[in-house]
Amino acid sequence: MIRVQNLTKTFGEVRAVDGVSFSIGEGEIVGFLGPNGAGKTTTLRVLTCYLPATSGSASVAGHDVFSDSMAVRRLVGYLPENTPLDGQMRCREYLNFRGKIRGLGRGVRESAIKRVIELCWLGDFIDRPIHQLSKGMRQRVGLADALLHDPKVLILDEPTIGLDPTQIRETRNLIRDLARRHTVLLSSHILPEVEATCERTIIIAGGRIVASGSPEELKERILGGSQLIAEISGPAKDVTKAVASLDGVHKVEGGADDGWQRLRIEPKKGCDPREAIFKVVKAKGWGLRELRLEVGSLEEFFVQITAKQAEEQRSEKREVRS
Amino acid sequence: MIRNVAALTQRELATNFLSPVAYVVAAVFLVATGHLFMGSTLVEGEEASLRSMLDSMAWLLVFALPLLTMRVLSDEFASGTIETLMTAPVTDVEVVIGKFLGVYVMYLGLLATTLVHVVLLSAYGATDAGVLILGYLGMILLGAFYVAVGVFASALTRHQLVAAIVGILILAVLTLVVDALAGWYSGSWRSVLAYVNVLHHFQDFSKGIFDTKSLFFFLSGTAFFLFLAVKALESRRWR
Ligand SMILES: Nc1ncnc2c1ncn2[C@@H]1O[C@H](COP(=O)(O)OP(=O)(O)O)[C@@H](O)[C@H]1O
Ligand SMILES: [Mg+2]
Repeated sequence: MIRVQNLTKTFGEVRAVDGVSFSIGEGEIVGFLGPNGAGKTTTLRVLTCYLPATSGSASVAGHDVFSDSMAVRRLVGYLPENTPLDGQMRCREYLNFRGKIRGLGRGVRESAIKRVIELCWLGDFIDRPIHQLSKGMRQRVGLADALLHDPKVLILDEPTIGLDPTQIRETRNLIRDLARRHTVLLSSHILPEVEATCERTIIIAGGRIVASGSPEELKERILGGSQLIAEISGPAKDVTKAVASLDGVHKVEGGADDGWQRLRIEPKKGCDPREAIFKVVKAKGWGLRELRLEVGSLEEFFVQITAKQAEEQRSEKREVRS
Repeated sequence: MIRNVAALTQRELATNFLSPVAYVVAAVFLVATGHLFMGSTLVEGEEASLRSMLDSMAWLLVFALPLLTMRVLSDEFASGTIETLMTAPVTDVEVVIGKFLGVYVMYLGLLATTLVHVVLLSAYGATDAGVLILGYLGMILLGAFYVAVGVFASALTRHQLVAAIVGILILAVLTLVVDALAGWYSGSWRSVLAYVNVLHHFQDFSKGIFDTKSLFFFLSGTAFFLFLAVKALESRRWR
């Protein structure tokens, strides 16, 4: 449904998006995750025909965003970052105007407005001027606008930013519901958000895609699955050797302190050698004070790449200065 | 095309009706034209024509119309709504024409109110209908040109005040400045200056002369500045 190939966008010296490629199938709900300044908004703006790419290409349902832009715009519902709205209009007026410029005839428009009022709970303030609305209400108006023409593809840029926890939960539920009828691409810099709503995550940092996959796949990738932590007392060499020679163990790293060996054990795929470790320790008469399975967290990974990115940017700046 | 432009024009008009700036400008315009009418036309012994009122209005509008147009695109840039607008299935040309018509229709409404003076005038003395009609045709053309310049200025910046100043400057150059400069030059420069002098063309109409060259000047000038506005709008995306 969405196809992005080698997309690059530069603003002067800044490479906001740098050779990004991905594709999204019909009906998928995909999260675009990355720290601030990663290039999420820029990518989405190219996809929605707001900005032209510097190089590379992007298409929605086979229509190129540059050469067939009007077709793309008709197919896409877009909620820009920070939900810009015309504050002077009333909600209903605004939606009516938006319906008109999307070419919806009067009858279709009226039923569409009715539909989104219900879907996004606009009933309480539909006849109020937009500038009087709270952030959460504005967000719902923006979403209603994006849904007005029942688009095949929904592109949402940080849809829950600035909302309170209850509103965040409501919005997430709404987005998950929508995913049944629409292909959804949403961006966020908050990991749990993406974990909670999306089937697949694309992680972007510094304008490049650094990882992508389902949350489970990503976890696998991050730390090569899970790790075991064991603390065993005994002669360092013997302990390491004994554990390493076990069947389900792939690699052992460890360091000693005060007589206890703290081992990081990487199991072979699909194996859990905890019981075997316990048995060997018991057989040798060593001591065991910790044995646990550490599941890789996406959070940790995300923090890692974010930190790495920041570090790279700092060193780039140093280079430029020197 | 037409449906999109109509929707945009309608929204622009609705926004104008909610805009305090538009009310202030309209009020000042009405008071000033009333004053001009009383001061220059309704004077005993003067000929029964609106010519001097219209001529004064033509330069008054140099300042008034950019204040009405400054908002149209600058505000969309400043509030970010340009992003929702330009990702909807509307073209840049439609947006510019819609914005143009939104203000222009309002201007025509204001102009229509000055017809009161025509009624008053004909009550006082015999008027030349032909001269009057040409005078108003001149105002209609002049307004289109000014509004187009204002829309172009608004397409250049996100700051309304800057848009107003740029609009006023462009119009001032094309009216008052070239008028003053024309006295200094001679030969071909002078004829160039005379050609771009908006008031010059307008005065043809207000005098009651129908000159197709002046008609062409206003129509092509309006189209030219609208074209520049479209280009300015397009260029924002390439930055
Ligand atoms: N219009 C612009 N002009 C110049 N630089 C820009 C512009 N838009 C974005 N950038 C830069 O591009 C990079 C990516 O920004 P953005 O796509 O907004 O990131 P994100 O949405 O992931 O926070 C940032 O370094 C930002 O400063
Ligand atoms: Mg962003």
